[in-house]
Amino acid sequence: MKNMVLSLGLITIAASLILGSVYAITADKIAKAEVKAQVDAIKEVAPDFDNNPLEEKYVYISEPDKKTGADIIVYPAKNGGKLVGAAVKSFSMDGFSGEITVMYGFDAEGKINDYKVLKHAETAGLGSKMQEWFRMKNGDRCILGLNPATHKMRVKKDGGNVDAITAATISSRAFLDALDKACKAYMEFKENEEGICYE
Amino acid sequence: MRRGYVMNKLKFIIESAVKNNPTFVLLLGMCPTLGTTNSAVNGMSMGLATMGVLICSNTVISLLRNVIPDKVRIPAFIVVIASFVSVLQMIMQAYMPALYETLGIFIPLIVVNCILLGRAEAFASKNNVTDSFCDGVGVGLGFTVSLTLLGAVREFLGTGRIFNMEVYGEEYGSLVFVLAPGAFIALGLLIAFVNNIKSHS
Repeated sequence: MKNMVLSLGLITIAASLILGSVYAITADKIAKAEVKAQVDAIKEVAPDFDNNPLEEKYVYISEPDKKTGADIIVYPAKNGGKLVGAAVKSFSMDGFSGEITVMYGFDAEGKINDYKVLKHAETAGLGSKMQEWFRMKNGDRCILGLNPATHKMRVKKDGGNVDAITAATISSRAFLDALDKACKAYMEFKENEEGICYE
Repeated sequence: MRRGYVMNKLKFIIESAVKNNPTFVLLLGMCPTLGTTNSAVNGMSMGLATMGVLICSNTVISLLRNVIPDKVRIPAFIVVIASFVSVLQMIMQAYMPALYETLGIFIPLIVVNCILLGRAEAFASKNNVTDSFCDGVGVGLGFTVSLTLLGAVREFLGTGRIFNMEVYGEEYGSLVFVLAPGAFIALGLLIAFVNNIKSHS
């Protein structure tokens, strides 16, 4: 009995010591890796910038998401103090397998610069194609360079101007839903930035 | 004599990789086998991660085998295995964040992979450190090879690629092999194939 308690106790103490020290060594690296992943995603989609978008981030909560408290984050991209665009981290809960998170990049006018799917659980080979699909030149797939304010960002089935991914309309809808929210967030951010009050 | 010893160990490693192959012979650890093998790279990384933990846990459990009383051996084994998995998880998160993202939930789930507890109970708790280490290498190698193979077959049939290199056009692939049902079909066929070879030799 005594033996059991002693040996199991010693093993657990040794294990926690090892875990603690590995955590101490890696915690810093993990935090850095996460920040780097964020910055890389922003760099990939936003126009060239020289500020630190993480420090100037702007949080937007869309109307239907007020209950869940999930927020959309605008990372402004500035060059020489002038706003040249932004990266907007947006999401939709309406994917085929739940949440998708996408980083959209806009230029100063609001045209889509680029995008990057950060997280999704869509079906491999169908919905998972969204990273490539909406930049393909065939048909009306490509959304890059378009302005959501003038171009109807809905799938054609819903009366919009964008070709849905073959056999993955639900994923496409979720993708465009996230884009819609990102766009609204960017608009609101720009209004605040320019100091115009519409209230 | 020294050489004979090394040869012996190598033979032992290869034997345990083939005879104790977790995927095709023991049919252990089916959850990650089916879940992570939608591409060859994913299968291989999962295999290597499991192999790393298996080698460490086998070695440590073998070292502790005379200290651990029989009645509490299972919790003791689990503590050892879980610690190594957590260490692996933190290291991957810090140094290989992209791979960590891809394998996701399957990394912490290595803890409950029955290969680990199975080898601890069946082998490491009864044999010396060198043999347990070699057993870990062998079984881990067998697991890695079979996961890579399964991943390669699924990726090839499903998307026309192997290790992300295009072999034929993606539109001719049958998507079902990338999805869950294809995992069962491909695994079943591979097991049949392996058994067929074995019964002929």
